[in-house]
Amino acid sequence: MTCGRAGGRVWALSSPQGRGSWSRSLCLPRGTAGSVVPLPPSPPFGETFDRMLGIVKKPFVVAVEINISLVAVTVMGLMSRLWGLSYPRAVVFDEVYYGQFVSLYMKRIFFVDDSGPPFGHMLLALGGYLGGFDGNFLWNRIGAEYSMNVPVWSLRLLPALAGALCVPLAYQILIELHFSHCAALGAALLILLENSLVTQSRFMLLESILIFFILLAVLSYLKFYNLQRHSSFSGSWWFWLLLTGVACSCAVGVKYMGLFTYMLLLAVTGLHFWHMIGDQNFSNVSLVYHFLARGLALILIPVTMYLSFFYVHLTLLYRSGPHDQIMTSAFQASLEGGLARITQGQPLEVAYGSQITLRNVLGKPVQCWLHSHTNTYPIRYENGRGSSHQQQVTCYPFKDVNNWWIVKDPGMQQLVVSNPPRPVRHGHIVQLVHGITTRYLNTHDVAAPISPHSQEVSCYIDYNISMPAQNLWRVEIVNRESDTDLWKTILSEVRFVHVNTSAVLKLSGASLPEWGYRQLEVVGEKLSKGYHQSMVWNVEEHRYGKSQGQKDREVELHSPTQMDISKNLSFMAKFTELQWKILTLKNEETEHKYSSSPLDWITMDTNIAYWLHPTSGAQIHLLGNVVTWASADVAALIYTSLSLWYLVRRQRKIYDIPEDAWQLWVSAGGICLGGWAVNYLPFFLMEKTLFLYHYLPALTFQILLIPIVLQHLGNHLCRPPLLKSMFSALVIAWFSSIYLVYCTFSPVTYGEPSLSVPELKDLRWKDSWNILIRKQ
Amino acid sequence: MRRARPGAGALRMPAAGGGQARPGPPRHRESRRLPGGPARPAAPPAQAAARPAALAFVTLLSFASRFHRLPEPPHVCWDETHFGKMGSYYINRTFFFDVHPPLGKMLIGLAGYLSGYDGTFPFQKPGDRYEQHSYIGMRGFCAFLGSCLVPFAYLTVLELSKSLPAALLTAFILIFDTGCITLSQYILLDPILMFFLMAAVLSMVKCNSCADRPFSASWWFWLSLTGVNLAGAMGVKFVGLFVVLLVGLNTIYDLWNLLGNLSLSLVTFGKHLLARALCLIVLPLALYMAMFAVHFTVLNKSGPGDGFFSSAFQSQLVGNNLHNVSVPEHLAYGSVVTMKNLRMAGGYLHSHWHLYPEGVGARQQQVTAYLHKDLNNLWIIKKHDSDTDLSNPAVPVEFVRHGDIIRLEHKETSRNLHSHQHEAPLTRKHFQVTGYGINGTGDSNDFWRIEVVGRKAGKLIKVLRSQVRLTHVATGCILGSSGKTLPKWGWEQVEVTCTPYLKDTPNSLWNFEDHINPRLPNISLDVLKPSFAEILLESHMVMIRGNSGLKPKDNEVTSKPWHWPINYQGLRFSGVNETDYRVYLLGNPVIWWLNLVTIGLYLLIAVSTAVTLKRGVQLTSEHKELSRVVLHGGGQIMLGWLLHYLPFFMMGRVLYFHHYFPAMLFSSMLTGITWDTLLKFCAGFFSPSTISRKVYGGGFLALVLLIVYSFYLFHPLSYGMIGPMASDPNSPMAGLRWMDSWEF
Repeated sequence: MTCGRAGGRVWALSSPQGRGSWSRSLCLPRGTAGSVVPLPPSPPFGETFDRMLGIVKKPFVVAVEINISLVAVTVMGLMSRLWGLSYPRAVVFDEVYYGQFVSLYMKRIFFVDDSGPPFGHMLLALGGYLGGFDGNFLWNRIGAEYSMNVPVWSLRLLPALAGALCVPLAYQILIELHFSHCAALGAALLILLENSLVTQSRFMLLESILIFFILLAVLSYLKFYNLQRHSSFSGSWWFWLLLTGVACSCAVGVKYMGLFTYMLLLAVTGLHFWHMIGDQNFSNVSLVYHFLARGLALILIPVTMYLSFFYVHLTLLYRSGPHDQIMTSAFQASLEGGLARITQGQPLEVAYGSQITLRNVLGKPVQCWLHSHTNTYPIRYENGRGSSHQQQVTCYPFKDVNNWWIVKDPGMQQLVVSNPPRPVRHGHIVQLVHGITTRYLNTHDVAAPISPHSQEVSCYIDYNISMPAQNLWRVEIVNRESDTDLWKTILSEVRFVHVNTSAVLKLSGASLPEWGYRQLEVVGEKLSKGYHQSMVWNVEEHRYGKSQGQKDREVELHSPTQMDISKNLSFMAKFTELQWKILTLKNEETEHKYSSSPLDWITMDTNIAYWLHPTSGAQIHLLGNVVTWASADVAALIYTSLSLWYLVRRQRKIYDIPEDAWQLWVSAGGICLGGWAVNYLPFFLMEKTLFLYHYLPALTFQILLIPIVLQHLGNHLCRPPLLKSMFSALVIAWFSSIYLVYCTFSPVTYGEPSLSVPELKDLRWKDSWNILIRKQ
Repeated sequence: MRRARPGAGALRMPAAGGGQARPGPPRHRESRRLPGGPARPAAPPAQAAARPAALAFVTLLSFASRFHRLPEPPHVCWDETHFGKMGSYYINRTFFFDVHPPLGKMLIGLAGYLSGYDGTFPFQKPGDRYEQHSYIGMRGFCAFLGSCLVPFAYLTVLELSKSLPAALLTAFILIFDTGCITLSQYILLDPILMFFLMAAVLSMVKCNSCADRPFSASWWFWLSLTGVNLAGAMGVKFVGLFVVLLVGLNTIYDLWNLLGNLSLSLVTFGKHLLARALCLIVLPLALYMAMFAVHFTVLNKSGPGDGFFSSAFQSQLVGNNLHNVSVPEHLAYGSVVTMKNLRMAGGYLHSHWHLYPEGVGARQQQVTAYLHKDLNNLWIIKKHDSDTDLSNPAVPVEFVRHGDIIRLEHKETSRNLHSHQHEAPLTRKHFQVTGYGINGTGDSNDFWRIEVVGRKAGKLIKVLRSQVRLTHVATGCILGSSGKTLPKWGWEQVEVTCTPYLKDTPNSLWNFEDHINPRLPNISLDVLKPSFAEILLESHMVMIRGNSGLKPKDNEVTSKPWHWPINYQGLRFSGVNETDYRVYLLGNPVIWWLNLVTIGLYLLIAVSTAVTLKRGVQLTSEHKELSRVVLHGGGQIMLGWLLHYLPFFMMGRVLYFHHYFPAMLFSSMLTGITWDTLLKFCAGFFSPSTISRKVYGGGFLALVLLIVYSFYLFHPLSYGMIGPMASDPNSPMAGLRWMDSWEF
């Protein structure tokens, strides 16, 4: 830790003003892997000719510098992550969750996963594709043995590779932050020997991929920034800038958590650009160019990439599947099979006489269709309120012949479509006739059964009491473009406004009791407060009615629909809908045995059992390296307090450390501590079920902080040689303890070898850890 | 408003005019001179004279607009039903529970008390007529505080921008905003909250401008006043926390600059630090706690809020069945008990004859947690293996011990507390808890092991003090209350489950509250008396839980934060039908949209100013002054707006339109500052100075006229509409329903 360079180039968060000249020669990181030594600048022509002759005379030499330590840590990283990758040949923890999506990708079946965007799932599926997986595996429980058709090794390969590459990335980041090779090596080794990162990388999980992209984004931004000084707009400058954007979008595409790092990098970019604005060496025009380049690479490209993930996702998954009913009818109709099979070739425009089914757009609590049946509302409800005793109107979650309604012109008697059809437009007044019972949809000033503040909706029966039929409804097309728009099958979202009472037909969300067969309640909402999806309906199945007689019509209603027109949604419409569903879909808040709170994470008071051998005591846990976690916490603490100390003293114009070292300290901390904070603190605001693995990205940043703090302490606080050597000895001792802990816990990291009961008990260093001990 | 100057029409301005002579590039002298008089500590004499008059004028207008038609409508409007009721509780000294801290309601109660209201009106639901009850005092009090907002905003803007027109513009915006008027006219917490909030901002700004003479009397005055107002704002609603943040950030910034000032010794800096800690932390905290002390002292009678609090707390309330009672101390077999869940605001273990509906686990009797006291909360403790009549004096009394296996029989229905491996109604991963068996005969699924937290086996179990865990013997799960509300079939009581996750959370801990056993000696409960700190902590936990419990239901149209600045939808204060006296809380759309546009405009101006300064462009002194106002003054206000608006996006609770009004105050001040700056800047391009002055004056006048005219159009929103709805062409509001979402 004591081999820091004296005059390294300064990478700074603060203004570079007033430090115009610094030497370039000192600041090249010495020999990254495979870098080619540049040729000297070309001399005048005469000499050039001589030299050319010289080249002919001498043998042609390309000198390649290879950083052996970088190669070594990379190889070690690969070994630690890839060793025995297909063991255990059983479903491990969340593989059971991601696996089902991989299978659906293999079968091209559409799904919605609210845990995040599809890029991560697609990468996992890529592994399955390369391994020739056919998708036939029932992902039903953790610990289930994989059948022979599952290419376990290739499914787990990509996450493991990503996890392994984090090791050299950590090394490079420290170099780019202008810390010594020792510090960089330390960072790489800490990442390498972190049990939790090893465990998380070795299975079909997304965290290691996320961490890889996050680190890649940070590294490429640092490279870009370090190139900024002397070679703006050069090829490599562009390369690293664009790579930053690409890596950011990949990180966001894997999990929304990536957004935090993306925001951090955007903020750092903004800050650096702000310093550039203050720098008079830049002309206004060049500033604009710089601004545009950053906007292109860090905003435009990520957005495009993000959209393209969805494009690929939607292109790959074209068959209907288990999550169809979450989506709108239009979306469902765009998938092969499912609803599309029914709606294929329906007439597009709803006309007077059309036979339709009406689906509520909200789809919560379940998707359902407007329904009626011959049963009536009970005269008195349980709580003593009375009803109209007319025919029930409900919303029914299954396809049924009683879901069919006929659109009727109030001025005419006929229930068939005339020739040519007269289409219904926005604002038209219609009656809705229930197909099987031929009763009219009606609402009146009677309290609804479950929601007494709203009006009851019924199919009108004339009891010859003073309760006239009120069955006129105005069709309002919510998503119309003009006032003369036509009512279209599937595409139009329609509100039915009652003409007499201006109540709106609404799904209340409550379910009816026994007498209503637990179907969902439909009401007329008088106080409609603006737009809500529960008041909007769309036509799903549709055909032009042809039979005038009731008997014929019943036969017609029972027969499947036909005719053809095909509908296609644009990509943007599909994307918007899918994205919206992913963000708003709320799974029921679940409790989990291994769920934990963010406070447990810093001290690692919790673990997660990933897998247990069905017979022996071999098991895999997500369990970190205790020494590393503790050191990372201490490092963060030291960094914060030391920074505060320096800051306060600087404000009083007392400078404890040289300006260069201060800039180094600030910039490194900004990235590492900032990365930790943005990836950790937001979890305190989240209400979803949290697990220890959510902390791993934050932990990675925190680990990077350790060598930074150590080098700083070694360089600036341990001045006397004796102290310096003591410090070095301590660091070495500390490193060996980390290695020892890594070895101690490796049986539960790799699941091999199987441990005996006393050995397992010995591993339970904290009472709150849940190590599985089989009862004898 | 204008500087009176001799020979105003003269082309060349005398250097002495308005005391503005200052060296500068000569070519800017004429062309860039600004009409309104740039901010200078020494204001021109005429303007200085105009200031008190202007202040008096806007104050008068403000009071007139707020007190106009104050008694109308003479019935309960909107949330008056809550806050009026709570005011009455203070007068009657009955204990109640509310999600907000007590200051606002205490002040309402005080105002009612002083104005002769006797606390007898029930405030049952909106629309109830007040009849002979005196309600004007309470409304008048709120209107008074609401009227003070205008002078406060005026003074704040004046202090920040040093420009009279900017201050006047802000004042006019607030005076003529229908939303602010409506919100100030009723018995609500919002005018009280906004009063303290604006007062805190004003005193903070005033204190900042005293920075050149620290530790002077006025400095101390404003600093401590800031602290007092912070306590007030926090004491009315937790939203007051945002203004605390604003002041906190301002103070940190201030202290940081002082630290960097090397001419100050560390001792002086320490004094500054101490003074601020004293006035802004210690003082508000002391006041805040004093408020609660008063609250708990005044409310000493049992009332509707008891059930939300712990048993120990309830024993303090006169009239509560735990007050001054003595119960047997140790639990014995045969005792009749109630069990209270230890979660804050947890309920009593409850059962009733109704069964779980079909499809929800087994069709057995419901077991729930119920917040109110009820005979159905009573359970009898029995031995698991024998059914002897324990009231028989021949049988010796046997105490229940830690680790015993017991059976709990519901007293009213004689069913046993039962659990089995069916999923619970709402929390799917837990097991269902039911009442099972007939006349106390059930099966082995009725057995529960009773354990006291932190106690060894064999110890007795104490009433109230022991925290008890009930473990289901057959499945090993723990009896707990999930805190979720059951649907209609469960009477909206709280779900009780048996959780297989063995974590010691308050959800799965219970204590015994009532304890009836005639065969045991009673002891007094006074030993349980909680300390003030415990009471304070508990009431805060209950309030926070209550706040986060206000979740919107599915299929319910709720107000979203993005609706607010665009004035998307208002709130119906009173009246629905054509014949009613209707009041509708909606901002004056012209003003609100002006505010909205101004926020964008301000950001544009601020960014371009900041970039210009950063690029080191040389500015004239006038422009320097303008940029200072935009960046420093406007920045503070902008920060206030952000702090009072953005957090709502992260809140899970039900939100209402009126939550935006504190942010709206900041937004209005920003509008005043921004337009004044913009007009000055634009007018600066015109020469000679007379034309530029005309441009400036014209722009200002146009804005004011626009505001007044829009108020003329929309004033019925606040002062009451009777007759046909706006959709009817005969209505006075016809054609004013500019957005479909407005309901008037």
